[in-house]
Amino acid sequence: MAIISLVIMHELAVTQSILDISIRHAKEADAKRVTDINIVIGQFASIVDDSVKFYWDLVAEGTIAHGATLHFERIPGEMTCEACGHTFRPGDISFECPACSSVQVRITQGEEFRVDSIDVE
Amino acid sequence: MPTRIPVVEKILSANDRMAERNQNTLDQADVFAINIMASPGAGKTSVILKTLETLQGRLRLGVVEGDLASSIDAEKAAAAGLPAVQINTGGECHLDAAMLSDALPALPLSEIDLLLVENVGNLVCPANFQIGTHLNVLIASIPEGDDKPYKYPGMYRDVQALIINKIDLLPYVPFNMEYFRRGVEVLNPGLVTFAVSAKTGEGMAAWTDWLVERVKTK
Repeated sequence: MAIISLVIMHELAVTQSILDISIRHAKEADAKRVTDINIVIGQFASIVDDSVKFYWDLVAEGTIAHGATLHFERIPGEMTCEACGHTFRPGDISFECPACSSVQVRITQGEEFRVDSIDVE
Repeated sequence: MPTRIPVVEKILSANDRMAERNQNTLDQADVFAINIMASPGAGKTSVILKTLETLQGRLRLGVVEGDLASSIDAEKAAAAGLPAVQINTGGECHLDAAMLSDALPALPLSEIDLLLVENVGNLVCPANFQIGTHLNVLIASIPEGDDKPYKYPGMYRDVQALIINKIDLLPYVPFNMEYFRRGVEVLNPGLVTFAVSAKTGEGMAAWTDWLVERVKTK
């Protein structure tokens, strides 16, 4: 049970960060209101969308980003085999290349963790 | 009509900047700092105490304790005459750069060669939060199972040293070391790894010798 509260705390810090970044960019553009926030999160970045949404109203209240809609673009994890060049999505219990069984593979996608853009008025 | 503004900013960029400032502070004081992370029960406390014990006399040590569940480390370090600070994380699941920034002024940095920072016991969150130390160290342990790299890839990605603790339990626990190391190698090629038992002391000298070398060649 403790684990649930731990994860929630984590997302609170992340949510606050998303808010700070969005407000700073909106103010730099002299915007009055943030309507949408587009977030890109890779599979390997351990963030739970629902928890961020849960905290959003709480942290955004009273700011120009209050009521903004959060959009999460999830980037699936991707590995590339250095032995045969095959690109694949890693499994839960193995990182082996499904084409040639090599373990000489590298993560090539899925570590994204950024605010991509905001829509403002 | 809403206007789209490109942002393209890492979500934890503010934390990363603060971490850089921490590292500057440490560098100016000539302190080498390591961030020790692990899941609860991996043996962080025993590894740290054993490390302190081995290094006392060889290096001037300091401790920052972020894990409320084991404030015993900070107390023992303080009892041994080592400068120690306990960070009250207020239930947070990780240390962040701001917390370490608050802790640093409470330490006599000019009298410390090696600062051990014990992060909160957790395999998910600390991976995202750089705190400004020179090394991130992960402690894994045999009873946790050999599938941890596959389940918590983020944690294995961002560390510069790995300690596999409790190897004295290998005969009693199903743990496929080759499978474990294969996962680690994919996530973090060539990662420096130490197989140890904090209980029996096996392998600890390799870890502490390596650490002393890193401090001296920083």
